[in-house]
Amino acid sequence: MYTLTNVSKTYEQKGRTVTALENVSLEIPDGQMVAIQGPTGGGKSTLLQMLGALDRPSTGTVQLGESELSTVSDAALTRIRATEIGFIFQGFNLIPTLTAVENVETALEPMRVSATERRARALQALENVGLAERAHHVPTEMSGGQQQRVAIARALVKEPTVLLADEPTGNLDEDTRDDIMQLIETQWKDRGLTVILVTHDTAVAHRAERRLHLTAGTVTELVNA
Amino acid sequence: MYFRYLRRELAGRRKQSIIIAAGMALAVALVIIVNSVAAGMSNAQASVLESVYGVGTDITVSQTPAAPGEGDSGPGGQRFDFDAGAGTTTDGTTTVNQSRLEAARGTSTLDAAALTTVQGVDNVSAATGTLSLSNTTFNGELPDFSQIQANPGAGGGTPPQGGPDGSGGSAFDVDSFTVLGIDPSVTEVGPLSSLEVTDGRMLDTGDVGTDVVVLDSGYATTESIAVGDTLAVAGTDFQVVGIVTSTTTGSDSASNTYIPLDVAQSLSGLTDQVSSVYVQAASATTISQVQADIEKALPDTTVNTQADLASSVSGSLASASSLLSTLGFWLAVLVLGAAFLISALFTISNVTRRTREFGTLKAIGWSNGRIVKQVAGESTVQAAFGAVAGVVIALIGVVVINIIQPTLSATASTAATPSDGPMMGGPGGPMMGGAADAASNAVDLALQAPVSVVVILIAVGLALLGGIFAGTVGGWRAAKLRPAEALRSFA
Repeated sequence: MYTLTNVSKTYEQKGRTVTALENVSLEIPDGQMVAIQGPTGGGKSTLLQMLGALDRPSTGTVQLGESELSTVSDAALTRIRATEIGFIFQGFNLIPTLTAVENVETALEPMRVSATERRARALQALENVGLAERAHHVPTEMSGGQQQRVAIARALVKEPTVLLADEPTGNLDEDTRDDIMQLIETQWKDRGLTVILVTHDTAVAHRAERRLHLTAGTVTELVNA
Repeated sequence: MYFRYLRRELAGRRKQSIIIAAGMALAVALVIIVNSVAAGMSNAQASVLESVYGVGTDITVSQTPAAPGEGDSGPGGQRFDFDAGAGTTTDGTTTVNQSRLEAARGTSTLDAAALTTVQGVDNVSAATGTLSLSNTTFNGELPDFSQIQANPGAGGGTPPQGGPDGSGGSAFDVDSFTVLGIDPSVTEVGPLSSLEVTDGRMLDTGDVGTDVVVLDSGYATTESIAVGDTLAVAGTDFQVVGIVTSTTTGSDSASNTYIPLDVAQSLSGLTDQVSSVYVQAASATTISQVQADIEKALPDTTVNTQADLASSVSGSLASASSLLSTLGFWLAVLVLGAAFLISALFTISNVTRRTREFGTLKAIGWSNGRIVKQVAGESTVQAAFGAVAGVVIALIGVVVINIIQPTLSATASTAATPSDGPMMGGPGGPMMGGAADAASNAVDLALQAPVSVVVILIAVGLALLGGIFAGTVGGWRAAKLRPAEALRSFA
C-alpha cells in the first residue's frame, strides 16, 4: 500500500523554483488499478518518480508497505526497485542489442538467480504475454505492440507488487492499445498487482478502478461516469 | 548475462569498437616497435663499444698521457740505427736487416702492478692487462759507404759504388704489423673474449714464456701464413699455433698477431709494463663504484666505462639512437595518450548516447557498481582487442625491420679517451707513424630489432589499463545519473 503524506517536490529550473508537487496526500491500497491524468507539466511524471523510488520528495513522506522511500538509502531504493516495482515506459526502453528474452532477463539480473532459472523465467514471462515465438528477436525486428509486450514481460518477470506505467499505449495504434490494456488488466487481476498508470488517453484511464487528476501539483479524485 | 550483454554491445557498435581498438592497436604497436628499435640501437651501440673494448669489458684503465717536458723529443717516427759494421757487405752492397718491437704509436704504458691493484678492488670479477706493440722490420740494400772512408780525399770525393743498382743507390722495405701481448689465462674479459679460433688453437696457459703466436685471419691470408709456419717477431721466430678472427667488426682490441704477454714484455724491453687493463665488474650496478675505486687507487690513470664511451659513438647510429630516444619516445607517449583520450571520449560519448538505457537499467534495479562494471568491461575488451592487434602489427613491423635490416654506420672514436687508450689498428691496418693518432672504428651495422616479452606485456598492460580507465570514467558518469534524470520520458 502506498501512503503519501504532504508530499511536495520543488526543483530549480533556470534560476527559478518550480513546484512540481504540492502537499499531495494520497493512499493507494494494494491491488488497486489507478490512472493518473492531467495536463502536461502538471506533475504526473514527478508523482510517478516518487512512487517508483526513482526520486525523493522535497518534503513529506512516501511509504510503500513498510519502507519509507523518502528516507531509506540509495542502495535500499535500488533493492526496492529491483524486487517490488515493475516499470513500463512509453518508448518501451528495450535494450536494442539484446533479444526479447535477454531484455526480459535484465530484470532478473539484480536478483542473483541462476542463468538457467533466469532464462526459464524470462521465456515463461514472454509466453505469458503471448510472445514466446519472438523470444530470440531483437527489438528492431518487432512491432511497437510486440516491443511493449516484451517490456511488460520484463516488468512482471520478477513478480513485483507494483506495476508503474508511463503512457504505456502512447506510441501504439488503437487496436494495439486495446490489446496492451487487456494484457495489463489480465496481469493486474491474475497477480493482484497494484497498477498505477499515467495516461493522456481518457479511454485508457476509464479502464482503471480509480482516476486521479493532477494539475499544478495538486491531486483531485475523478469519479467514473 | 554480463558477457552476452557485453558481446552484443560491442557487436552492435562495431564501427566505434573498431576505431577504439585501432587507436589502441596503433599505440601498442608503436610502443613495442619503438622499444624494439631502441633496443636494437642499444645493442648496436654496445656492439660498437665491444668492438673497441671487447666483450664483457666494463671498464678500461690506461696511462694518462703527460705533456711533453722541455727538451723531450716527443714520440717521433720509427728509428733504426745501424753502426758501421751493420749488415753484410758483398760487392760494394751492404745488406741490412733489423727488426724492432716497441710500444705502438700513440700508446703509453703503465706499470703492471696496476693490474694487481685493479684486481684487489671490490667487485672486480675479472681483469687482464695487454701490451700493445708494433713490430717493424727494416730490410734493404745500401751502397758500401766504407768506400768513402777508404778514399777520403780522392778527387774531391768519389761517390760510393755498388748498392742494388750498382751505382751507389739504395733499396729497402719497411714492414710493420701489430703485436698484442695478452695473458692467455684470462678469457672472460679483454681481447680473448672477442676472438674466435678458425684454425689451430688459441693461446693457453701452457704458452706462457714460449715463442708462439696466433694470427688474425686477415693478416694470415695477406701474408700467406698458416698454422705450423713461423713468423719473425723482433727477430725471433715464433711458431704459428692458431688463426683467429674477431667476433666484432673493426676491433681496436684486435691485432695482427697475439703473443703471450710475458714474451711481449721481454722482447720489447717493456718488462712489467702494460698498455691497458681491461676490467669486468661483478654487476652493472657496481661499475660506478669500481670506476671510482680504481681512480682513487690509480690516480695517474684514465679510467673509462662503457657509459663514458657511448658518447664517442657517432655516425647514423648515434643520430638514429638520439632521434629514437627523443622523438620516438615522445611519439609513443603521444600516441598512447591519444589512444587513451580517444578511448575515454568514445566511451563517454557512448554512455551519453545510452543514457536512457542505463536509466532504464537503474529503474529496474541495476546497481551503480553493476553498470560501471558493464561499461568498464566493454571498454576493457575493446582495449584488449586493440592490444592483441597491436602486438600482431608490432611483430609484423619488427619482422619487416629485421628482414630489411637498415644499415647504420657508427664510428667509435677514441678521441673521447686519452690517446694512450687502446689505440690499436684493426687486423688489416698496421699503424705506422702518425696514422696511429687517427685511431677510430668506422663500422656498418645491420639493425636488428629484438622483441622483448616484458615490453609486450607492458604495452598490453597499458592498453588494458587505458580501457579500464576509460570504462571506469564512462561507467562512473553513467552510474552518477539519477534514474529520474536518465529517463527523460518520465520528465
